[in-house]
Amino acid sequence: MTTMISSLTKEILIISREQDVVPFRNRVKEHAVKIKMGLVNQTKLMTAASEMIRNMLRYGEGGQASVETISKGSQSGVRLIFVDKGPGIADIQMAMKDGFSTGKSLGLGLPGTKRLVNEFDIQSELGKGTVVMLIKWANG
Amino acid sequence: MERIPILKMGPFLLVTIQVDLYDRLALDLEADLVQMVSKTEAKGVLIDISAVSIVDSFMGRILGNIASMSKLLDAETVVVGMQPAVAITLVELGLPLKGVSTALDVEKGMNLLRSIIQVQDPKEEDDDDDLIFD
Repeated sequence: MTTMISSLTKEILIISREQDVVPFRNRVKEHAVKIKMGLVNQTKLMTAASEMIRNMLRYGEGGQASVETISKGSQSGVRLIFVDKGPGIADIQMAMKDGFSTGKSLGLGLPGTKRLVNEFDIQSELGKGTVVMLIKWANG
Repeated sequence: MERIPILKMGPFLLVTIQVDLYDRLALDLEADLVQMVSKTEAKGVLIDISAVSIVDSFMGRILGNIASMSKLLDAETVVVGMQPAVAITLVELGLPLKGVSTALDVEKGMNLLRSIIQVQDPKEEDDDDDLIFD
């Protein structure tokens, strides 16, 4: 039997400029602190959030980012969902490879972010946009 | 517009990042610092990131860039005060910041800068060092 994930609190922020990353990271931290996530995990999650916001702005022309505290059985965690209506990713497998970038970055964004969190899911459709979901468990 | 102040201290430039970084701010710091190195003929740059709670791949790259650019202008860069959680995150992210000198705090960073510069150019220190005889 799979345990259901239930959402406890949720906030949605509109991401349209670089500075928006600062309040979003602060919201992420607040949620992480609320579920007593340790400092290292908090830092990893905030860094992951930072990477994803940059991707949204650079490739997806901005979008919506949500942060929520969730629970699954006895575990609690923070889930982040990033939704953009950009051009989408042509080859997700390539995009998930270390060192691959269509922009001028180091190509660490997606694979690096995946290493920093416990669950990572990316859905993308060309011409429609991209949705990235990630979860960090408090003791994950 | 928000900007990170750069202080001149003898032959060194001192930067303490006390605000939450975003990309434009980091890029401006990179440009300002490199300009200042050239203008003041600084021999060393010390960047204190003890108040920075996250460094992502972009900011990490900027730190590396600052070190490389300053090097081209004959100045050494030392990054000090990195929080342990930031170090763990950077390595896991895949950005171990090779090529950037680090020290645990400002004092150790200053000592490191002085020792690097002294090794490179021992003559310049003659004036203020009583123990050296010609």
